[in-house]
Amino acid sequence: MTALFRKLLRDLLRMRGQAVTIAIVVACGIGSFVTLRSAYRSLLGARDTYYESSRFGDVFAQAKRAPESVAARIEAVPGVAVVETRLVEPVMIPIEGLAEPATGRLVTLPANGNPRLNAPYIRKGRMVEPGRPDEALILETFATAHHLEPGAKVPVVINGVLRQIHVVGVALSPEYVIAVSGAQGFAPDHLRFAVLWMDRDVVAAAFDLKGSFDDVSVRLQPGARSAEVRDRIDAILKPYGGYGAVDRSRQPSSFFVDSELLQLESYATIAPAIFLGVAAFLVNVVLSRLVHLQRPQIATLKALGYNDREIAVHYLSIVLVVVAAGSLLGVALGAWLGRGMLGLYQRYYHFPRFDYRLDADVVGVGVSVSVVAAMLGGLTVVWRAVRLPAAEAMKPDAPPTYRRSLLERMGITRLLGGSALMVLREMTRRPLRTLLSCTGIAFGVAVVVVGFYTRGALDVIVDLQFEQAQREDLTVSFVRPVDGRVSRELAQLPGVLRVESERVVPVRVRKGPRFRETTITGLSRDADLRRIVEWPRRIVEVPEEGVLLSAALARVLDVGVGDSVVVEVLEGDRRSREVRVAALANEMFGLGVYMSLPSLQGLLGGAPAVSVALLTVDARSEPQLDARLKRLPVVAGVARRREIIAQFERQSAESMNVTSVILTIFGCVIAVAVVYNNARIALSMRGRDLASLRVLGFTRQEISSVLLGELGAHVALALVPGMYLGKLLASTMMSATDQETYRMPAVVTPDVYALAVGVTIAAAVASAFVVRRQLDHLDLVGVLKARE
Amino acid sequence: MVVEEKVRRSLRGAQGRPDVTTERAAIGGGEAVLFARGLTKVYRMGEVDVVALRGIDVELFRGEFVVLLGASGSGKSTLLNILGGLDVPTSGEVRYCDHDLSAAAESTLTRYRREHVGFVFQFYNLIPSLTARENVALVTDIAEAPIAPEDALSLVGLAERMDHFPSELSGGEQQRVAIARAIAKRPDLVLCDEPTGALDYRTGQIVLEVLSRVNRELGATTAVITHNAPIAQMADRIIEMSDGRIRSVRENAAKLSPADLRW
Repeated sequence: MTALFRKLLRDLLRMRGQAVTIAIVVACGIGSFVTLRSAYRSLLGARDTYYESSRFGDVFAQAKRAPESVAARIEAVPGVAVVETRLVEPVMIPIEGLAEPATGRLVTLPANGNPRLNAPYIRKGRMVEPGRPDEALILETFATAHHLEPGAKVPVVINGVLRQIHVVGVALSPEYVIAVSGAQGFAPDHLRFAVLWMDRDVVAAAFDLKGSFDDVSVRLQPGARSAEVRDRIDAILKPYGGYGAVDRSRQPSSFFVDSELLQLESYATIAPAIFLGVAAFLVNVVLSRLVHLQRPQIATLKALGYNDREIAVHYLSIVLVVVAAGSLLGVALGAWLGRGMLGLYQRYYHFPRFDYRLDADVVGVGVSVSVVAAMLGGLTVVWRAVRLPAAEAMKPDAPPTYRRSLLERMGITRLLGGSALMVLREMTRRPLRTLLSCTGIAFGVAVVVVGFYTRGALDVIVDLQFEQAQREDLTVSFVRPVDGRVSRELAQLPGVLRVESERVVPVRVRKGPRFRETTITGLSRDADLRRIVEWPRRIVEVPEEGVLLSAALARVLDVGVGDSVVVEVLEGDRRSREVRVAALANEMFGLGVYMSLPSLQGLLGGAPAVSVALLTVDARSEPQLDARLKRLPVVAGVARRREIIAQFERQSAESMNVTSVILTIFGCVIAVAVVYNNARIALSMRGRDLASLRVLGFTRQEISSVLLGELGAHVALALVPGMYLGKLLASTMMSATDQETYRMPAVVTPDVYALAVGVTIAAAVASAFVVRRQLDHLDLVGVLKARE
Repeated sequence: MVVEEKVRRSLRGAQGRPDVTTERAAIGGGEAVLFARGLTKVYRMGEVDVVALRGIDVELFRGEFVVLLGASGSGKSTLLNILGGLDVPTSGEVRYCDHDLSAAAESTLTRYRREHVGFVFQFYNLIPSLTARENVALVTDIAEAPIAPEDALSLVGLAERMDHFPSELSGGEQQRVAIARAIAKRPDLVLCDEPTGALDYRTGQIVLEVLSRVNRELGATTAVITHNAPIAQMADRIIEMSDGRIRSVRENAAKLSPADLRW
């Protein structure tokens, strides 16, 4: 070990507090990168492997009913490699333990049990045997939620007929990696969404679709253009009620997986960038101080014959050791958190194999980027150090120049005491340092804000959706649209306080080539229980004529008020009409469409009918009423608002708690690292002055106020920009999430701000406490004697 | 002393150098290792030019012990820095053997310092985070055929305190570590800037004795700058400076041992 290397180690040991805090910031940077990147790679790897092995389709299309012979025409489209036709039918599963029946899809399997595309992966049990009318595979998420094993019997309503289906196998599907139907809310509901696979002949018989298909998946040849193929398929299926082909990116489950990947990618850039930026700043500040203190040592090394390169390497090696320690910690932390994140993903994303993978290049890139960031922080300092002429460096530093600041010249500071004046001068003398220090602390605040933002925003959503928009206690859905009298009869039931009814119709809304499947809700103009509420909080009246679109849907379709859209009704006679967009509402959830009840009736034709009744009830009689309603033959299901809210909060809390805790720790790390390092440096720079003050008779309290006052001022200055930065970061990160299912309002609730500020102040106070203790042990004589 | 004998022998043996004792005989009419002509140095301090050297001609001969005497501000430190390759003159010529140092690049000066010059400073300039032995090792790590740090420290009488940090050593001991560090590379030149300036009389004397012995036994050309006139009596030659000029250069016929110096 060379003497210079020993010096390096001893220097590090001496500044261990600072070295450790910087290493931890670097660790957070690399840690967040490794966590998010490894999660990304794991998800990507699992996705690609599974999509390939299960022969997941590239293009999907539905039709009302097409003869099997059409398949050959699709197969003939240039670019098409494989075509798989099937039947996909809606089913209801009135399983025990649920208020309303679970909904689901019945997907057919070819006679050989092995579809050419979208092959289910059997986890347990066996494949359906051809021709067995009562056998089915069931989607694993639903099976797990209801503790269904192969051998179980499940009641399924198939085309209006209740049948007991024998579960022979539990399966996964590339189409339901995340179990969403596409029409649901924002989170997969494993309890209420099921997929069953049954023999095609059995299903065809039940739905009277022998020799026909209503769903087709296509695998493209390499290099084929998806858009052209989709146009051809649309043309072929048009006479058979084709709904328009979509490519894989719009397949609901695939869409969710892809948007998660996109989000991970953006987080994996933002989070490490913040930490490494802070690390670079800290390296700069700490190394500047070190180099300054070691000016005479640098001069000596030069006099002894060390060249510029050797001296530069020496100081950069100090940075390297810190980064290396941080990297080691960061990679370990990242691998651990990444694994944890994968554990969370495994609950939502279902692949046959979903293994954690930590690629060497992820670690390599993480470490290299950190090294580069830290080096950027240190390079200018080291450059200055080596440029220092040896003869000059031998001489002690000239006293720093101070000037009366503008504030002082304005006379404002006459109101301030001596300590405050010293604080002010110190800050204005080094405006860049002050600015960077405040920026660092502000990022600490911002990271905590981001950590808790979603929680606050979800409270806003819950309030908007469940307190302002959906105000009923019970939602009663009918098995089919019924006469309005039915809901008036419900009002006669004991405990019912108020009844309103609405009509909900599945539709496809289209403008040119753009379309989305959603529902139109027909509301009566005097509706009070179900209202359209937009953000910022405002109640929007349903227009008398035309449709009201949620702003998100209007964006998707690229339409505005006054434009017209085509509404294709997906039930009954499936009529389609052109309707004028009368209003937009900036709703937080989904892609809602609203019409007044009379104009929806006009669109649908036929006798006026309602499909949902909304009830407010006496809380005491709610359980009895719930049970009684469920026994009515006309009632398909009853949902209790309180349960919906509870479930929503349960689902969102789970993943958010982990994120919040991690981000809060990260935020604290930044705040502590910045405040502590600033305090240490301030102490080192001002130790002499402060000791002089003590010699002059100042108390410990008084000199603390000079030193800690400056830090306090930095923190105080950083709080408001930090809050703003947090809001900015939060909305940037939110914009990377799927905007169609739900939109987080760009609002940070006061409690989130309070929390972030509190956490930062606590971190600052803790750091100040450590430095204060060192201040109390200031060696008065020693400091005055030392040259520096 | 066993160690000193070992050092001497290693010195004679190394790199086929001429025997230092025979070389010593050449002083006076001998070979100039350092040669300067018309050196000037002007510093720019804000708005004003400060002239530190106003045309210096000087030579240092192999193996001699020179004292540069002058009041503070006379330009002697500036001269020493230029001779040692820590600084370059504004004009004039400096040569070490046949190397021109006057307009040399920083890398050349660094190599010159590394291979040929040992410095001793008024404030010792030890690295506080390194022990005595490690401070010397700083030099032996980069020198081509150095004396072992232990041997160098023995030579200055610090064999017992090798593992002490500078903060645990007295001023005189620190300066002796600095001397050990300066000589460990077996320099051709030892340049000392007020080596006793921060020391009391007694300690200063010990340090000067060490310097004198090192000069005697290793044969390195030694230049000591001081404002303290009595110290000049231990030199082979005395160069007096004032106001950036050389006032006189004289041979010292009555050379005293440091023990006999009084100030």
